[in-house]
Amino acid sequence: MTKPMDQINWQEVEPGGVITEPGNASCYHTGTWRSEKPVYLEEKCIRCWRCYIMCPDAAISPDYENNRMVWNYDYCKGCGICSYECPVDAIEIVEEGE
Amino acid sequence: MGKRVGIEVSIAAAEAVGLCDTDVVAAYPITPQTHVVEHLSEMVANGHLDAEFVPVESEHSAMSVCCGSAAAGARTFTATASQGLALMAEIVFIAASMRLPMVMFLSNRALSAPLSIWNDHSDTMMVRDAGWIHVFCENGQEVYDAVFHAFRVAEDPKVSLPVMLNVDGFTLTHVIEPIEFWTKEMAAKYLPRFKPLNRLHPDKVVSMGAFGMPEIYLEQKMAHDHVLIQSKDVILKAWEELGQLTGRHYKPVETYKVEGAETLIFAMGSICETASMAVDHMREQGKKVGLVKLRLWRPLPMDDIRKVLAPAKDVVVLDRSMSLGAANAPVTSELRAVMYHEPQRPKIHCMIAGLGGRDVTPDDVSNMVDMALSESTYGYHLYGVRG
Repeated sequence: MTKPMDQINWQEVEPGGVITEPGNASCYHTGTWRSEKPVYLEEKCIRCWRCYIMCPDAAISPDYENNRMVWNYDYCKGCGICSYECPVDAIEIVEEGE
Repeated sequence: MGKRVGIEVSIAAAEAVGLCDTDVVAAYPITPQTHVVEHLSEMVANGHLDAEFVPVESEHSAMSVCCGSAAAGARTFTATASQGLALMAEIVFIAASMRLPMVMFLSNRALSAPLSIWNDHSDTMMVRDAGWIHVFCENGQEVYDAVFHAFRVAEDPKVSLPVMLNVDGFTLTHVIEPIEFWTKEMAAKYLPRFKPLNRLHPDKVVSMGAFGMPEIYLEQKMAHDHVLIQSKDVILKAWEELGQLTGRHYKPVETYKVEGAETLIFAMGSICETASMAVDHMREQGKKVGLVKLRLWRPLPMDDIRKVLAPAKDVVVLDRSMSLGAANAPVTSELRAVMYHEPQRPKIHCMIAGLGGRDVTPDDVSNMVDMALSESTYGYHLYGVRG
């Protein structure tokens, strides 16, 4: 984004609120909404990728080189779906700040 | 100049939409619809108009199709009335806020309940704050000309807003009038190709209709209001060129026999013709009465209104809808607000007339003027109500 949203004047907004820069939602870090945080227990993980498939955002992705899953906490809202779906309890949900 | 024909106003409007080479027509073709879309569907089916006619499952969908169509860069038209507009309402606001140019022919009719199909302005007043350009028409020729003007203004890159043509249900939509048609060449000369500000196209990807956080919502609203108010310049210029082309000249505020008038009748739409007959009659009786017709309802031409109303002693507003539980009716409310801070201002009387198709004759208009001038309080009168 050229300017942070809270610094754009009314004279500068795009007509009709059109987004001319595709994918600029990535500039908005929804991870700040999180109150609970998923913690990855690598030793239990069977690499089924279910968490990666089920994440409603794109906060989990496979790290092919190191054969593990990685979390992008900038976009993880802490919904807990990954933990719920994990067949081997390899994702623990903890209170944020713990 | 094209030929002059006797034709139903709705059919003439459809012919105008055809001459504008409209790309997409989306409408829900059932009561309270008029003949506009019926005739357009025939034109498309017969191959006279190369357009997509989308017969949707509801008015909500009709307006949604129009939004998608305008977003894709197509010249877009729809028509509706009363309950149909009510069902559209959610998307009506979205069309304007997303700056999607399109033209709507609104056959002005009452809202339920009780169920009514007759003329008043309740439907359009429901969406007066949606951010559309609202134009009122007095007769069939004005409706026909207004279609070309509406597309021209809506699609102007400085405007890019939807335009609503307010056409009184039955008193205009279903009557046969002599109308001077435009030629194809005139339409092509007057109406340039539609070049949208942004459009949904893979060559240049944009997102439309995105979420607006509290940090940006206010700025978007301010920008919308500003462009709506500024659109008046384009509206005036388009009327000026229309005048050069046809010899018919339109203004945001028009007057009839206002010279030396102490009392001004203020009205919008087809009731103006009735009121002008009443003015003729009252002038014959030596009463100093004139008529002010408002053609442009949004953006409200505030300066023109101030100028024309300031010299009068009394203004009698013929409002065609109610604002239940409010101080007065929509048009009166605006006029009182516009004039309140003026050093010299007339008394503004509110006469609500012709609701739900109740007939208003020239004698009724004269009676309303007499009633208004004899009143001492300034609320509103529901003219003709029994009991």
